[in-house]
Amino acid sequence: MTLEDRGPGPDALYREELLAGRFTVQTCADCGQSSFPPRVFCKHCGSANLERVEASGHGVVYATSAVRNRPDKGGDHNVSLVDLAEGVRLLTRVEGVGPTEVPIGARVKARIVGGEVPHVVFDLVQE
Amino acid sequence: MTHHELRGASAVVGVGLAGCGEAPGRTAMELIGAAAWNAVTDAGLKMGDIDGVFGVSAVHGMPSVTISEYLGIKPRYSDGSMIGGSSNVAHILQATMAIRAGLCSTALVVYGSNQKSASGRLVSSAAEFNPYEQPYKPRFPITAYALAASRHMHQYGTTLAQMAEVAVAARGWANLNPEAYMHGPLSIEDVLNARRVCDPFGLFDCCLVTDGAGALVIVSRDRAKDFPRKPVYFLGGGMAHWHRSIMQMPDLTVTAASESGPRAFEMAGMEPADIDVLELYDAFTINTILFLEDLGFCPKGEGGRFVEAGRIAPGGTLPVNTNGGGLSCVHPGMYGTFILVEAVRQLRGEAGDRQVKDAETAIVHGNGGVLSSQVTSIFGTEATL
Repeated sequence: MTLEDRGPGPDALYREELLAGRFTVQTCADCGQSSFPPRVFCKHCGSANLERVEASGHGVVYATSAVRNRPDKGGDHNVSLVDLAEGVRLLTRVEGVGPTEVPIGARVKARIVGGEVPHVVFDLVQE
Repeated sequence: MTHHELRGASAVVGVGLAGCGEAPGRTAMELIGAAAWNAVTDAGLKMGDIDGVFGVSAVHGMPSVTISEYLGIKPRYSDGSMIGGSSNVAHILQATMAIRAGLCSTALVVYGSNQKSASGRLVSSAAEFNPYEQPYKPRFPITAYALAASRHMHQYGTTLAQMAEVAVAARGWANLNPEAYMHGPLSIEDVLNARRVCDPFGLFDCCLVTDGAGALVIVSRDRAKDFPRKPVYFLGGGMAHWHRSIMQMPDLTVTAASESGPRAFEMAGMEPADIDVLELYDAFTINTILFLEDLGFCPKGEGGRFVEAGRIAPGGTLPVNTNGGGLSCVHPGMYGTFILVEAVRQLRGEAGDRQVKDAETAIVHGNGGVLSSQVTSIFGTEATL
């Protein structure tokens, strides 16, 4: 048995889904754990049976920083790590509050932005 | 107790630095060449005696090949493995293995860069494109370390003032080192009031960007006493890495130093209490705190409180980063080489005003990437063999 090695790979398929407005993660049909970024076999158990599933979009802020920039270079922006309910962690941006005001531990919800270069950002969930 | 076969198998018999701080008008290879020449001369050797080359560079894709060509060496064995700023610390272990296996007899370990003069900013071949990070514009590598600091503060209550203690201690040591790039007073308030660069880090939480090169000459234990300088013996080494991108680091408050450290201590047959001098790769203030914890000098989560009240500064009870560190001495992109050289100088007793009295053992901890590759080496004087 060998792994499928022709046609669009997990990375290309992830981007196709994102362009179509769906944020997906991979879930292992054998061990049940999720992987992100997309890959060709399960990082946790080695299984080739990874299934692409739409993510819940629910997450919690794990760590946060604000990259400081002069206003003429775009100003300050947030960079955070968010733990998704599926058990994977993303590098991302939390929006809707100041870049230095993102609380670790806060609940957030995913949103796709970026047009032709789509990517996932998060908004604080109002408690 | 039987010792690991690599314990005490090699010794550093020559060290050299070149162009540390600012060296305008010099190419990276000229600085590498000068540091190599200084180390070989320090060992009482000629460049033609070197038959093993272990080198990295911020700009050369085949570094050990380019370096060997420049130095006029046709090595029997060479390695240019690039694992970030810990590369040269790993090369000590690899050179020891190669010498032990008879693949070479006299090894040169070297790194250098002219990045301050050439570009004025960090130059690193480790800053590769990652499509899952790039849209969010993290600044490499500082944002990753800032994220780790934010998590440590959240989880353990570590404060900005405690991180500032690390920068203040480093400056204290730098003030005793005439070769350090930064001199002058630095207070906790100065660190806290500095311009924010990448929260929670301000300017003084971040390492310097300087020029500089460093080199070491390694031989087998049997030959260690045939050279003019007091030999410094390799006692243990270990490496570990768990991630390349910060989003794949399992727990941002625990680095792979928690594995590399115990591996090195096991090989050396030692524990943290046996160490006289610590040289820990301080790319950012949080690094020193994380590595003190992960190497076993204090419990996990206690690093911030541990460094309070000048404990790791000159006059404190635990001498850490005695050259002034990456924060105040030198940091030309990758810094592992310079903590190796400082450890050797301390164990030779050549460290001048910053000399740690009666230093017999030293730990060197190298870090690469974004808290990614972790490599620990332990060294000792003849008395520790």
